[in-house]
Amino acid sequence: MSAGAEAMRRGASANDSDSEVGLWLFLASEVMFFGLLFYGYAITRITHPLAFAEASAHTDVLLGTINCVLIFTSSLTVALAARCLRTGARRASLRLLAATWTLGFLFLAVKCYEYDVDVANHLVPWGRFAFHGGLAAGERMFFFMYFVMTGAHAVHLIVGLGILAAMVVGVARGRYTEHNSEAVELAALYWALVDTVWIFLYPVLYLVHRP
Amino acid sequence: MNTAVAEGPATPAEGNYLTNGYSLWSWLTTTDHKRIAILYGLTITVFFFMGGAAATLMRIELISPTPLIMSAETYNKLFTAHGVIMVWFFLIPSIPATLGNFLLPMMVGAKDVALPRVNLLSWYVFVLGGCFVVATLIAGGIDTGWTLYTPYSTRFSHTTVVCGVAGVFVTGFSSIMTGLNFIVTVHRLRAPGLTWFRLPLFVWAIYATSIILVLATPVLAMTLVLLAMQRVFGIGIFDATLGGDPLLFQHMFWFYSHPAVYIMVLPAMGVASEVITCFARKPVFGYRTMAYAIAAIAAFGFMVWGHHMFVAGQSLYASLVFSFLSYVVAIPSAIKVFNWTATLYKGSITFEAPMLYALGFVGLFLVGGLTGLYLASLGMDADLSRTYFVVAHFHYIMVGGSVMAYFAGIHFWWPKITGRLYSEAWARLAAIVIFVGFNLTFFPQFILGIDGMPRRYFEYAPHFQFLNILSSAGASILAAGYVLPFVYLTWSALHGAAAADNPWGAKGLEWQTRSPPPVENFDAPPRIPVRPYDYDPEAAERERR
Repeated sequence: MSAGAEAMRRGASANDSDSEVGLWLFLASEVMFFGLLFYGYAITRITHPLAFAEASAHTDVLLGTINCVLIFTSSLTVALAARCLRTGARRASLRLLAATWTLGFLFLAVKCYEYDVDVANHLVPWGRFAFHGGLAAGERMFFFMYFVMTGAHAVHLIVGLGILAAMVVGVARGRYTEHNSEAVELAALYWALVDTVWIFLYPVLYLVHRP
Repeated sequence: MNTAVAEGPATPAEGNYLTNGYSLWSWLTTTDHKRIAILYGLTITVFFFMGGAAATLMRIELISPTPLIMSAETYNKLFTAHGVIMVWFFLIPSIPATLGNFLLPMMVGAKDVALPRVNLLSWYVFVLGGCFVVATLIAGGIDTGWTLYTPYSTRFSHTTVVCGVAGVFVTGFSSIMTGLNFIVTVHRLRAPGLTWFRLPLFVWAIYATSIILVLATPVLAMTLVLLAMQRVFGIGIFDATLGGDPLLFQHMFWFYSHPAVYIMVLPAMGVASEVITCFARKPVFGYRTMAYAIAAIAAFGFMVWGHHMFVAGQSLYASLVFSFLSYVVAIPSAIKVFNWTATLYKGSITFEAPMLYALGFVGLFLVGGLTGLYLASLGMDADLSRTYFVVAHFHYIMVGGSVMAYFAGIHFWWPKITGRLYSEAWARLAAIVIFVGFNLTFFPQFILGIDGMPRRYFEYAPHFQFLNILSSAGASILAAGYVLPFVYLTWSALHGAAAADNPWGAKGLEWQTRSPPPVENFDAPPRIPVRPYDYDPEAAERERR
C-alpha cells in the first residue's frame, strides 16, 4: 500500500470522515424509510380528504406544538454541544448534551401522555373507535397512519436518547474531547434527522384543515 | 471511530488471512473483510441448498398433472419458501456480500472496507434474519408467495406471515449496512491515482448495486411493517374494506423489488466483465460506456416497477409510461451484451471454467433480457403475465444470469480466495452440465407459458405434461450440476494444489498480491495501471504458439 493510502487509512481524521460519509448514507436510507410512510399517507389522504381533515382536528394540537418547541430547541442545543466540544468548551458541551437529552426525554413524556389521552378518547383505530359517521373508514386510516408515523419517529427518538446518553457519559469521562469530537458530531447529525422528521410530521398530522 | 486497526500482531511475511487465527472465535469476531466474505459465502450456500431443495420438491410434484407427493397447501408453501430464500437469502447477498466483500477493498487497493465492524455486524444481522426464516419454516412455512400480496397475506393466509416478514425485514438492515460500507469504501479508500475511470467494472457494478441497496431496501422494510401491522391489528392502508388500496402494497413492494432485480444482476454483469476480458486477453470494449450503462441501469431500474402491475388494475396511462421506461432499460443492458461480444472479437480466447460460466451468463442473460421485452409490452403482458413465461423469463435472468455469474466469479477468484487450485476438468464438466440442465429446465417453461399454462398452480391440464416432464428432468440435471462444484470445491479447499499468485495472468489489483492474500491485503503498495484491463491479445497469441 502506498504511503498516501497508508496515511489515508491510518489517519484518525480520515477514518472519522469515513464514518461521517457512512452516516450521511444511513440518513439517506432513513429518508427513504420515512418517505414510504409519507407516500402511504399522501395516497390515503387523497382518497379520504374530508375524513383526514376531520380526524386531524381531533389530535391534540397543543401537545403537538409543545413537542415542536421541545424538539426544535433540542436540535439547537445538540448543534451547540458539538460546536462547543470542537472548540474545547467541554463543560459547556456536557451541559448542552444533558439539556438535549432532557428535552428529548420531555418530548417522549409528552408523546406518551398524548397517546394516553388518545386512548382515553378512543382514537386507537383497532380498538373501540370514537368515530361512527360516514367518514369513519377514512378516519380510521388517518389514526392508523398517525400511530405508525409517530411510532416510527418515537423509535428513532428513543434510539437517539440512548446515543445521547452515551455521549454525555463519554464527554463527562473525557473520552470525547476537542481532539476526538467526531462521535458527538455524528450523534448531533442523527438527532437532526429525528428533528427533521418531526418538522414534517407536525403539519401533516396536526394542522390538516385547522382554522 | 477507530476502525482501521487490523487484528492481531504484525503478520509474518508468509502468513495470510486464513492463518491469522484458527479458532471458531477468531472467525466469529473477525473484522477482516475477507473472512466476513467467507462467513457470508458459507451461510448463503446453506440457504442455496435449502431453496434448491424446495425447488426440487416442486419439480418432482409437477411431473404429474395430478397430485403426486404433496398437498396443494404444501406446494404453495414450497414455492414461497423457494422464492423468499433464493431472493433475500441467496441472490441479494450472493455476489455483493461474498465476492464483493472479498474483492472490493483489494480492487481499490485498500486494507479493508471503510467500516469493518459494521461489516461484521451486517453478517450477524443477516444470520438473525435467517433464523426468523428458519423458524417460519419449522412452524410450517408461509403460503403467500414471495411477493406477499395483500389482502391474502393480511387477511386470509393462516400461516405465520409475521414471522417470515420479520426475517425479511431484519435481513434488509444487513443489506443496507453492506451497501453503505461499499459506497464509503469506494469513495474514501481508493489508492492514490486510482481514479474512477481506472476502476474495474466490478467495482462500478458493486457501487451501483450498493446505491440501490441503501435507497430501496428501507422502502421494503417500511412496507413490511405496514403489512405486519395490518395483519396483526386488522386495519391498515392496504385494506380495501376501509377504503384502503391493496394495489398500493404492490406499488410499494415493487418499488423495492424491481430495483432488487438489478441488485441481483448488476454484480453479475461486473463479474462477467472481469472474466471475459481476462480470458479473451483483450481490454473490455467500450469501458466508459460499460460504466455509464451500469449507472443508467441502476437509475432507470428505479422507474420501472409498475410493469409488474399491468394487469393489476393500474391506470392505463401509468402502464404506458412504465412500459416505455422498461424498454429504455433494455438499451444499456443491450450495450453491455454488445460490448462483451465485441470484447471477444479478435481476442485470444481460452475456455477455462470461469469463462465457460461467463459465456453461459451472456447467452442466458440475452434470452432472459429479450423475453423481458415481450413482458414489457402491454398487449403481450396481458396474455403472458399469469403464465409460466414469466417464470422462465425470471429464471433466465436470475439463475441463468446471476447464479451463472456467481459461479464464474467463485471459480475465477477461487485461487485467490483459498490459495488452492480446483480441478479444471470437473469444473468445465460442471459448467456444461449446469448450462444444459438449466436450459432443459426453463426453456420448456417458455413454451408452456405461450401455451397458456398458469404459474403457481399445483395441478395442470394433462396436455402440459410432456413439457413439464422435460423441465423436471432438466431440474434433476441442474441439481446434479450444482452438487458437483460443492463437492470438488470442498475437496479443493482441503486438498487442492497450491495456486500461484496470478494463475490466470489477470490484470486487476487483487492479482498483484499473494494467494491467499495477507491480512492487510498487500505486502507492498499495488501498482496502479494507467488504464484498466491492459491486456494484449496479440502477445497472448504469440505466447500460446
